[in-house]
Amino acid sequence: MRLSRSEQVTGRVFLILLVLVTLLPFVSMLSAALQPRGTVPTGLTWPSDPQWGNFADAFTVANMGALLKSSGLIVAGVVPVAVVIATMAGFGLGHLKIPGARFVFVFFLLGLTMPFEAVITPLYYQIQDFGLLNTRWAIILPLIGLFMPFGVFWMRTHFINVPAELSEAARVDGSSTWQLFWRIHLPLARPAIASLTILLFLWTWNQFLLAIVLVDDSTKRTMAGALGAFQGQWGTDQVLLCAGSLLILTPTLIVFLIFQRQFIKALLQGSVKG
Amino acid sequence: MTLPATGSTSPARAHRNRWARSGRWSGWLWVVPALAMYVVFVVRPLTLTVQYSLYHWNGIGVARWAGLDNYLTVFTDSDLLKIIGNAFVLIVFFSFIPVGVGLLVASLVRRMATGLFGTAVRTILFLPQVIPLVAAGIAWSWLLSSSGVVNQALRAVGLGGLARPWLGDFDTALPSVGMIGAWVSLGLCTILLITGIGKIDPSLYEAARMDGAGPVREFLAVTLPGLRREIGVCLTVTVIAALASFDIVYISTSGGPGYQTTVPGLEIYRLAFAQRQVGLASALAIVLMALVLLCVLPIQRLTREEKG
Repeated sequence: MRLSRSEQVTGRVFLILLVLVTLLPFVSMLSAALQPRGTVPTGLTWPSDPQWGNFADAFTVANMGALLKSSGLIVAGVVPVAVVIATMAGFGLGHLKIPGARFVFVFFLLGLTMPFEAVITPLYYQIQDFGLLNTRWAIILPLIGLFMPFGVFWMRTHFINVPAELSEAARVDGSSTWQLFWRIHLPLARPAIASLTILLFLWTWNQFLLAIVLVDDSTKRTMAGALGAFQGQWGTDQVLLCAGSLLILTPTLIVFLIFQRQFIKALLQGSVKG
Repeated sequence: MTLPATGSTSPARAHRNRWARSGRWSGWLWVVPALAMYVVFVVRPLTLTVQYSLYHWNGIGVARWAGLDNYLTVFTDSDLLKIIGNAFVLIVFFSFIPVGVGLLVASLVRRMATGLFGTAVRTILFLPQVIPLVAAGIAWSWLLSSSGVVNQALRAVGLGGLARPWLGDFDTALPSVGMIGAWVSLGLCTILLITGIGKIDPSLYEAARMDGAGPVREFLAVTLPGLRREIGVCLTVTVIAALASFDIVYISTSGGPGYQTTVPGLEIYRLAFAQRQVGLASALAIVLMALVLLCVLPIQRLTREEKG
């Protein structure tokens, strides 16, 4: 069945309009970022003499080097640990069928729709008691815990669909549980683990609430938290704010554009499961 | 980290028996790390939120028992009720608009979003999902400001009288914040619905056409029922995003003007860390959590696929 000509045209026009609306904020920020500093830019005006140097200024002012390092450290602290322990738990609950697995799983599920705002106040006092306020651990440790409901849910869904015969065969050959996991199940779980890694990377990098509550120093925050601080500091200098925001956005955009297929797939699956 | 090494350290005989008994319990070792992090950083704080919500406490001094006072305040204070109402208004923008537009687009482009054009469209529509919400807030604050693109466009077409600082105006602030959320969710919803529509059996469409169904009938009879599950997913994700919104509001309006755009997430933050009313903040947090469940569970129930 072919679509009629008018349907084709309407569909395309609609999509192009949506694309333009999606891009408008970025383009508008770019046009403001290229105006001479100290001027008050208006809407969408391409400057006669684009000031690309504004980006260099913003790079220095935003302390981009430190921000990238900080976000990198936080991601490095959260994602590998969260993925490893969620995978192990998913294996234990989904495949080993440990006693009480169903109960433990439901217990994890309770946290699945919980907004982070519901725990942020006690988390603050807890992190204070640990003496970790204003360190990157204040973001890393709670995020690992907060990601567990989704991570365990995600990995369990994978492991529960792996046929039991696979393990039985390996058991007969005398494999230990660890060998079974490492040699047989981990390779099979690779796509599920990859998607989980992408999602957790994105959610860590973009985490804002924990960053602003638990860490004062913006150079010890996530990218999103740092961006919030930058807005607070430079909100009145529209040119610098736009240049800085675009700079802070760029790393995510680059990573996204490189892995866009996997990102879209992971986010779609992530929302279907979540 | 210690990992269970069943089998390699103990006698090989009776291997399968041992697996059947102690092995099953040693399986717990696989779950313990995740469980420990979850209990320490989610369950314990959540229990404490419930506890705090029953006290008057400024975060430093002695806590005084409040019973259900804080909850009573949440449900009677007109500002707090307005704040909860705002979250429901945001649902219209964060959820209904993206799902509605997404359905329209998906049914228009049912067999079109392929090839290079399709990939480009998918990638670009997805951008807002990938950047921090804070960035969306900053970009749109600029777009909607007095000298931003929106007003520039209005003036260009002779509607300069409508121009205003959209996020600072009492009447337009909340819908403007809502539009930012719609911009963010649109890509995810659209692509999810396009994917879903691709899974509908094409013969259903052919049958509908043979029966003489127009585009509207076809949409109502084939597309809509076929997308039930995807619509459920879109609604679940976006309703949670609307009720628990924080980043966009914090950056674009800080809740103002007045309480016009304050949402529960922002108010919890303000009460707990600026006004030191930890008890009230915690009661609001528990109410927010309950509201999320109250909205999400029926959506899940209504849109779950019936097993044939």
